[in-house]
Amino acid sequence: MARITLDGIAHAYAGPAGGKKDYALKPLHHVWEAGMAYALLGPSGCGKTTLLNIISGLVIPSEGRLLFDTRDVTRLPTEQRNIAQVFQFPVIYDTMTVAENLAFPLKNRRLPKDVIAARVAEIAAMLDLTRDLNRRARGLTADAKQKISLGRGLVRSDVSAVLFDEPLTVIDPALKWELRSKLKAIHRSLDLLMIYVTHDQVEALTFADRVVVMKDGQVLQVGTPLELFERPAHTFVGYFVGSPGMNLLPARLAVDRALVDGQEIRLDAAYPGIPQNAQVQLGVRPDHVTVTQPGSGLKAKVERIDDLGRVRLARLRLGADLLVATVPVDFAVPEGEVGLRFAPGRVHVYVDERRVEGAAT
Amino acid sequence: MNKVADNRAWLLVLPVMLIVAFSALLPVMTVVNYSIQDTFGNNQFFWNGVGWYQDLLDPSSELGGRFFSALGRNFIFSAIILSIEVPLGVVVALAMPRQGIGVAATLVVMALPLLVPWNVVGTIWQIFARGDIGLLGAAVNALGINYNYTSEPIAAWITVIVMDVWHWTSLVALLCYAGLKSIPDAYYQAARIDGASRWAIFSKIQLPKMRRVLLIAVLLRFMDSFMIYTEPFVVTGGGPGNSTTFLSIDVVKFALGQLDLGKAAAISLVYYLIILLVCWAFYTVMTNVDAERRA
Repeated sequence: MARITLDGIAHAYAGPAGGKKDYALKPLHHVWEAGMAYALLGPSGCGKTTLLNIISGLVIPSEGRLLFDTRDVTRLPTEQRNIAQVFQFPVIYDTMTVAENLAFPLKNRRLPKDVIAARVAEIAAMLDLTRDLNRRARGLTADAKQKISLGRGLVRSDVSAVLFDEPLTVIDPALKWELRSKLKAIHRSLDLLMIYVTHDQVEALTFADRVVVMKDGQVLQVGTPLELFERPAHTFVGYFVGSPGMNLLPARLAVDRALVDGQEIRLDAAYPGIPQNAQVQLGVRPDHVTVTQPGSGLKAKVERIDDLGRVRLARLRLGADLLVATVPVDFAVPEGEVGLRFAPGRVHVYVDERRVEGAAT
Repeated sequence: MNKVADNRAWLLVLPVMLIVAFSALLPVMTVVNYSIQDTFGNNQFFWNGVGWYQDLLDPSSELGGRFFSALGRNFIFSAIILSIEVPLGVVVALAMPRQGIGVAATLVVMALPLLVPWNVVGTIWQIFARGDIGLLGAAVNALGINYNYTSEPIAAWITVIVMDVWHWTSLVALLCYAGLKSIPDAYYQAARIDGASRWAIFSKIQLPKMRRVLLIAVLLRFMDSFMIYTEPFVVTGGGPGNSTTFLSIDVVKFALGQLDLGKAAAISLVYYLIILLVCWAFYTVMTNVDAERRA
């Protein structure tokens, strides 16, 4: 049990050879609190796995310090860090049985036999592997193999953290839900620091207490799922989290008014002193856009209605911009021209892609 | 599924059948033919039935005695070769670099002995190990160790074995290297996370993953060492005495030295059957391993 501190951690795979560095991970300060479940969310190639491997010691960062509580472990080899990690594709020891596979991390650390047996039985029960314990691991399905990998990650009770690198990629969708909720339950019962890498927002939002959104080797926002949804700190977070993502409309600001495609929108806060040449965007979630009869609010045109069963999405055109609104099932959307209203307090202002907090008017 | 009967298909198979007939079946049949006859030269042959085979399988006869002692030498030689080259090849493969510029250089150097023609290998070692002018032989003698492969059987065996190890360990190493390269990095990373020792990584990950290529390596090295002819023939000519006379060398002595075509033919066929039997055993083991993997 430990908190893990990243103190200016950065990594460039080519190594720190002078000039402009090609960072896979840009300098980062962050504290992972003990006992929390984190998700690292971001598109492929954004540096999630690099960050994970730095924490586990498989990659030594080119800059910065890594602390477990107060101990500096930046250059310690993996074996001495007391960390567990589960990989994207199942890694099993072919020649061993399922039970031996699960016991392997404990056996290597020379725990007493009875402790190992008890722990293996407990983990096997959690992951529904009890029936297969005495089978050779080789012949099992990909699902079962990945469960063994998960089991090996969870079997050590004294680890500082358990890291998951997209562990459910190879798992069948139905089982995915089950395993994810199981992991969540295990997290609650074991009270471990868990870090879960994924590019699937549903996975991230259901698993984690805190979600860390990354892009291009940079952390854009750390927050609860609700915070990510309600106050995305970066346009990318707004776009990436939520389905469909946030509407982003280029705008010009005049203190507490925004001009979008020649139409004026009143904002609830004032935004004085925004540089002239800055790129300003308004962000509003589809859930917070209301379609009304023409004549009230902003003027827009309906392009298409997507019926997803549970909700309907109206694809709208506002001048040169496209946006999406969710429409209640019982509301008949007029053809052609409609009116639009943005929910008060739900319109965010982004200056050069970063969210700016307005001053109360 | 409907089976289509079209006899024109035979035309497509015919070229292969002809090639196999001329390259394998007919030569084997001439050998079978020789093995049941005796000749005193002048191209005159006499029917001998299974006489040669009876002699051959009776260790108390002259022919049987020579056959069994040469066969024994073959098995001992193959056993020594396998027990040295396989572990050594694995160790070398583990020590080879996995990435960087060293890889290409290592591969080229490793492949060199495999590219040398076999009788050139024999000639190299014949000179290299000579007690009077050979670099190795003279050096060993200079150290005060009496070493002369032309007069001492032990020295002759050591020379032939070291030569074969020099010649063929690369093959085992390269095969194992290919097996090692096919192991994904995640296995090594997981092993580090699991706190596995170096030995555990070898025995639980690397060795199981190398099993298939190792079986092939053992098969190839067994076949080749069991059929060895050229190199020891060039270096020792089967001597001193008969101490390095392997079956293949003895067959040639019978056939060309004594013109005993019948005896030579009988030995050849039994020799061939032994190799076939071992091949079959290996093939069965390998397909079983595969089946077990898929199960």
